[in-house]
Amino acid sequence: MNIVVLVKQVPDTWSERKLTDGDHTLDREAADAILDEINERALTEALRLKQELGGEITAVCMGPERSTDAIRKALSMEADKAVHLSDEALRGSCAVQTAKALAKVIGTLDSVDLVIAGNEATDGRTGAIPAMLAELLGIAQLTHASKVTVDGGTVTIERETDEGKATVQAALPAVVSVTEKICEPKYPSFKGIMAAKKKPIAKLTLADAGIDAGEVGIANALSKVVEAAPKPPRSGGQRVTDEGDGGVKIAEYLIAQKLV
Amino acid sequence: MSEVLVLVDHVDGEIKKVSFELLAAARRIGEPSAVVVGAPGTAAKLKESLAQHGAAKVYVAESDTAADELVTPKVGVLALLVASASPAAVLVSATLEGKEVAGRLAVRIDSGLLTDAVDVAADGSVTQSIFGGAFTVKSQSTTGVPVISVRPGAVEAEQVDGAAAEETVEVPSTSAPAKIVSREPVVGGDRPELAEASVVVSGGRGVGSAESFEVVEKLADALGGAVGASRAAVDSGYYPHQFQVGQTGKTVSPQLYIALGISGAIQHRAGMQTSKTIVAVNKDSEAPIFEISDFGVVGDLFKVAPQLTEEVAKRKG
Repeated sequence: MNIVVLVKQVPDTWSERKLTDGDHTLDREAADAILDEINERALTEALRLKQELGGEITAVCMGPERSTDAIRKALSMEADKAVHLSDEALRGSCAVQTAKALAKVIGTLDSVDLVIAGNEATDGRTGAIPAMLAELLGIAQLTHASKVTVDGGTVTIERETDEGKATVQAALPAVVSVTEKICEPKYPSFKGIMAAKKKPIAKLTLADAGIDAGEVGIANALSKVVEAAPKPPRSGGQRVTDEGDGGVKIAEYLIAQKLV
Repeated sequence: MSEVLVLVDHVDGEIKKVSFELLAAARRIGEPSAVVVGAPGTAAKLKESLAQHGAAKVYVAESDTAADELVTPKVGVLALLVASASPAAVLVSATLEGKEVAGRLAVRIDSGLLTDAVDVAADGSVTQSIFGGAFTVKSQSTTGVPVISVRPGAVEAEQVDGAAAEETVEVPSTSAPAKIVSREPVVGGDRPELAEASVVVSGGRGVGSAESFEVVEKLADALGGAVGASRAAVDSGYYPHQFQVGQTGKTVSPQLYIALGISGAIQHRAGMQTSKTIVAVNKDSEAPIFEISDFGVVGDLFKVAPQLTEEVAKRKG
């Protein structure tokens, strides 16, 4: 069972996140960069499947040079190896370009049975990259999984959405995305951290992955940000201290605002 | 005038409110065509309400597989219609599934993907609220037909007559389908869905226990609203995960959001900051939630919330 786990370095949601002034891309210097937590869960689930079925886990990452830190974290959590697509020309790529580039990278790997990703990154929150990858790779999409089982050539997930739960099934190979409910992330062990230093990270440029520079990057993006502004902070409105009539005060406010 | 395709959200023959909001957004760009993908007989149940919200056409794409395969039948139908109708844009709801449909469609028709719009302009460009509401951006598609997912609650629905002329469309077959083998609907009782609700009452760590969440539920029920929870409350096991509002949970945009015992960490604000009116109750007068609240009460939620519930019940008689 060869599993690819997608990993992404994102700005820590506890830091102040910004866009750059010039081209409205993510200001990567402004915030602390971390491995997105949902990726840790995806990786932990991959480890569970590997333990059950054997095989190898490859962490795949697209991002600037500094993403190496996030990749090392994935390796310390005991992914076997990593592939890092990093090229200045990728800067500012849109979701469609990103999915295409990731599909090309996955295409360079031998016999991938399962691609596991987080359901949504905390920075872009597109929430569609796993589905888009399935589209490009021509394999099944089993997304928003809170439970994954593999039995022979069949993957079954429990999918949780606003409509409720559904059991969804497809033949391997497939793309699976996981929600926060899938499992608790594994902590890297000391042994894992030491071993990670020696594990291979294959660095790919666009040419290595067979990607045409004209297909990626901000100049060729299929969508673009034309304007960006920090939102004027919501000004705090009225505040009262409860003196036994706090509920009544709120009710009066809601009535005045025609909200009840 | 160009057509604008609107993918209709429906469950068990019931239309979702967001579909009416999408029709209103579509009317800004062109002439809305509702696209109903589902099991045979679905469109007949939805047609009247689509007509009342301005659908000029209703494309009916019905088959058994349409209901039993994940995402791909919808993508297939929309891709066919993009080719035959040359629409000015395609609008879907920015739900978990809607965002996936939009993403796959954008790949298939090689077009720009605009995710989670909070406003849509006549030229098909959109406004998005990103980084948990810290930045507002305007974006547009540079290639092909813009594929736009619109946040539920962001655009107001409008009652306006449409011809709702029916046209049947085939549901193309999918290679590598994901089959839905069973379904278990949400056990939310009679409460509205979080994303669709015009009132959301959420509880946080301050609620203190699963049993005490009753105080949150009672207020939500008095207001006819949905119940939400902060990540702290979910992680503490007070309330189920699917009700989590925030950075890694649901993003809601109701008319009224009431935060009970929620400090307002940046992760929580990310999921509710675009609510029209925010009311907060917290013991800690320094809680950051007050910085973004239109009305705040510093006090014990177990005293304030039941009193408010009673006042609302009185008013509603």
